[in-house]
Order: sequence, then C-alpha cells, then structure tokens
Amino acid sequence: MSSQLAHHFEDMSQQREASSLGMWAFIVTEVMFFGAVFTAYGICRMMYPNAFGEASNKLSVLLGAVNTGVLICSSLTMALAVRSAQLNKTKSIIGFLIATMILGGAFLGIKVLEYSHKIHEHLIPGLDFVYEGVHAPQAEIFFSFYFVMTGLHALHMIIGIGIMVWLLVLAMRNRLTDQYYAPIEITGLYWHLVDIVWIFLFPLIYLIGRA
Amino acid sequence: MSQVVPQKVYLLVFATLMCLTLVTVDVAFYNFGILNLWVALAIATFKATIVVMYFMHVKYSSKLTWVFAISGIFWLAILFTLTMGDYLTR
Repeated sequence: MSSQLAHHFEDMSQQREASSLGMWAFIVTEVMFFGAVFTAYGICRMMYPNAFGEASNKLSVLLGAVNTGVLICSSLTMALAVRSAQLNKTKSIIGFLIATMILGGAFLGIKVLEYSHKIHEHLIPGLDFVYEGVHAPQAEIFFSFYFVMTGLHALHMIIGIGIMVWLLVLAMRNRLTDQYYAPIEITGLYWHLVDIVWIFLFPLIYLIGRA
Repeated sequence: MSQVVPQKVYLLVFATLMCLTLVTVDVAFYNFGILNLWVALAIATFKATIVVMYFMHVKYSSKLTWVFAISGIFWLAILFTLTMGDYLTR
C-alpha cells in the first residue's frame, strides 16, 4: 500500500476520484464567476451593438489569434504532461510541464504587448481614455470589459504557472507516478478551464463588428 | 480517470481546435447579420466541448463527474436565461 494514500480512503483510485470531483466542484464555481462577467458583457453589447463593434476594431485580430493558438498548444502539452504521469515517465512530465510554462509565458508576453499598445493609444478606461466619435462613452464600457475579462483570465494563467512550479518540484523528486498523479491531473483540469474561457473570450472580444 | 488516452486522440483534438480557430477568424469577416454571433458561439461551444471531453477526460470519467460538469452548464443556463428574460422583455 502506498504511503501517498490518505487514511480515510479505501484505495488509490477512490482517492483520485475524490480529488478530481473536488476540482470539478471548484471548476463549476469558476464557470459561474466568469459567467457573471460574460452575462454583463452580453447585456451591454445588446444595448450598444454598434459602439462595441467599432471599439473592438481597435484590437489586433492577429495578436488575439496568435495567442489563441499559443494557448491551445499549451493545453496539448499539459494533457501530454498528465499522460506522461499516468505512464510513469518522469522525464517527459518535466519536459511537457516546462513547455506548458513557456507557452503560458509567451501568452502573457503577447498580452503585455497588447496592453502597452492600449496605453500608448490612450484607451485605458477611467484613467486615460481618448476616443473620437459619438460612441466614446460606450466604447469606454467595452474597454472596461476588455481589461477586466482578459485581466482576470491572465491572473488565472499566472496562478496556473505558479502551481506548475510546485508540480515541477514534485516531478523532480519522483513524487508523481502512475499510482499518484492527482496533483498534475487536477492542475490540468484547471489549465484547460482557463483555455475554455479564452475560447469564448477571443471571438466575443476581438472578432465583433469586423464584417 | 485511470484510463490512458492514446496520444493520437490528443493530437487530433489539438488539430481540430487549431483549424476551428482559423475558421472562427475567417467567418468573422463575412457579414451574416445577427448570425455572426451565433456562428461564433456555436464554434466556441464545439471547441469547449471537445476540450472538456478529451483534454479534461470527462468522456472517460465516472457518471458522477458527468453530473458535476453538467451542473456547471445548468447553473450557467439559469444565470443567462433569467437575466436575459428580464433585459429582453423590458
């Protein structure tokens, strides 16, 4: 019997099922958390469709699309890291974790680049917002959503990368095996959730009013 | 989830997600009127579904995991429906 089995569980698979269900309960709360912001976005976009479309055109589709690709790549490497743990391949867990962290870092780097463009273009709601035309007040609402939604998303990624540092330490100490891989499995669930949030954010924020 | 998903399945999901990203960018530049929003949401929902099923292993998980995952969609539906039911009928 493994020493990594807590005394209140029957066996390793029951323990694994419990941690995965606990993570799913957390994911449902995250879905509701982001869901509330998406609902607010939906209401405002419904009220000011033209202003939102016009303001969205200030964003770079290219940078948004590249970031979507980077994030999907990181989800693949994360899934493969979990798979490596299930197969007891410690070296490849470490490799795929590092790849995921590099891709996550690249995403955040591109995000910083986008934010700095917005600062130069004076598109920071409440602080420094200069916008030509009749839609200025509504465009300011759009950019508030842009910063809140992408900012919360980026915060989740920073937390995810932080957790991966801990996973790297576990992997290097040979603590992640085919018998005990719940830590990397539930971090994977979290990382894929962050990917899903972006899958909805990208078309709703970047791709409106383009036609 | 104790089943190991074949690497081929992950690569196929990955390729589908990448292709659909290109599709969603492309269709955004055609004017379908109100349909643009629904096409974008349909593509995003499909992408999210395959991420949940394969990357998040729900397809291979216990019925109880399904209940948890579906409860997320259920509560989200209540949030959207009741809020929009108010705003759309004012």
